[in-house]
Amino acid sequence: MTEKYISKTVQKVPPSGIRKFFDIASEMKECISLGVGEPDFDTPWNIRESAIYALESGRTHYTSNHGSTDLRNEIIRYMSVRFSLSYELPQVVVTIGASEALDLAFRAIMNPGDEVLVPAPSYVSYMPGISFAGGVPVPMELNESDNFIITPQSIKQAITKKTKAIVIAFPNNPTGAVMTREDYEQIVPIIIENDLLVISDEIYAELTYGDAHCSIASLPGMAERTVVINGFSKAFAMTGFRLGYSAGPRPVIDAMVKIHQYSMLCASAFSQDAGVEALRAGLGGGFPQVTKMKNEYNRRRRLMFARLNEMGLTCFEPLGAFYIFPNISKTGLRSDEFCERLLYEQKVACVPGTAFGGEAGNDFVRCSYASSLENLKEALCRIKRFIDGL
Amino acid sequence: MDNNALKTEIIEMLEDNAQRSAADMAAMTGATEAEVKAAVAQLEADKTIVKYAAIVNHEKVEAEATEALIEVKVVPKRGQGYDDLAERISGFSEVKSVYLMSGSYDLSVVVRTQTMQQVSHFVYEKLAVLEGVSSTVTHFIMRKYKEQGVVLAVAEHEARLVISP
Repeated sequence: MTEKYISKTVQKVPPSGIRKFFDIASEMKECISLGVGEPDFDTPWNIRESAIYALESGRTHYTSNHGSTDLRNEIIRYMSVRFSLSYELPQVVVTIGASEALDLAFRAIMNPGDEVLVPAPSYVSYMPGISFAGGVPVPMELNESDNFIITPQSIKQAITKKTKAIVIAFPNNPTGAVMTREDYEQIVPIIIENDLLVISDEIYAELTYGDAHCSIASLPGMAERTVVINGFSKAFAMTGFRLGYSAGPRPVIDAMVKIHQYSMLCASAFSQDAGVEALRAGLGGGFPQVTKMKNEYNRRRRLMFARLNEMGLTCFEPLGAFYIFPNISKTGLRSDEFCERLLYEQKVACVPGTAFGGEAGNDFVRCSYASSLENLKEALCRIKRFIDGL
Repeated sequence: MDNNALKTEIIEMLEDNAQRSAADMAAMTGATEAEVKAAVAQLEADKTIVKYAAIVNHEKVEAEATEALIEVKVVPKRGQGYDDLAERISGFSEVKSVYLMSGSYDLSVVVRTQTMQQVSHFVYEKLAVLEGVSSTVTHFIMRKYKEQGVVLAVAEHEARLVISP
């Protein structure tokens, strides 16, 4: 089999920077992984039970392409109550995880050569997703000194006449940064002035440790140009259910549904029922399970922040998601060197900052604190030993 | 974090794991170690925290143990209600817990002894004969699946990928 059959677009996209570490770490006994990008909690039982009940009662067929009406109604209610966003039924599509929603959004808007601004560092899928859709991802360098938020300056440096859209992703993976309403107010005028579409990945919206999450779509004039992406994976610890959704202006959602109906048809029916339970029970009772998980993450976050800083790995204080992004430049190691040596010498797996967008992440490593406190404490001991031995 | 919020956090953390160190709790709350120690001391002094004890899966313990839940119907005494009798029942070392219940009986009494016979002896020699106790129904606990929020006898599993984006 030769490579000649493989699309040039696909060939050009580099392999994931995570793969190498995955292969080493998964073979290694007694390895503690701070490299996991999903909650360590199991899905709350009432949600699992509703999926089991859905299967028992024969919910084993296709649903509407848009997703079940029940689920979309709950999503609309949820987005209104939690984020002050207001949508009608046809403005919502249920997808196979937020990942599919992102892919649909990119494919729905890209013409060959269209440019999309992508924060760097940020989640690994944005740039490849844009490339697969025929667009050109343009990194917007975010700085630790700006608390890793998007500033007017970061947009101005990257924008060109071909820029069609901007990806916004807060709370952020891998930095843990959040953007406040005031932060968004600084960049909204530039976005409107340049007539950009916003693709806002808000999958970590429930996991904020300071102010409640603010969606950029809730700012004046932004709902009509923002495609909000969200899902159940992080807030409800439902990664394996593969359930996400997107809400936004009709023409974009219509186009996304068009692709979705030809490619995926619909998200799994019993996952959708589980999603209804997650939102309905949560909205009825003030989301106690989400709060419980969030409080636990918050304690671990404070512990990681305190201990990493004590050992000289200074980090900016993350206020969202479940990642901390220490600056390792003092060690004199590049981020992939740091991670590789830490893994071989102390059996702790982290992900190099470079996996999240080129050189911007070179001075950083991503540590996930979605792991038990005992694991985190042992990992911190090992990291300290590693640093002291350098 | 004010002192009350700190206490709430500490209670939640210690209920989950009573062995948490003050240093860890300080890091996890953002308070100083001295503040955490002071808050714990206050909670202990005012008997909010009553005791630090292990939750044991007794199926794994060699020594024999029997537990029973006894429904007790009571004739409450004028001026004292149920308290007097409940306190007397609580005094027995075999009694692990005593709750006043709504519903078809009054006191729920959990008893632990070594053998079933000892439970029986306790019921007819000590409990049923107390003045004010009008009837008892004894249920032996056959197996425990979950104890104080902890699911017993389930193997730990790590179902997640070692590294994911």
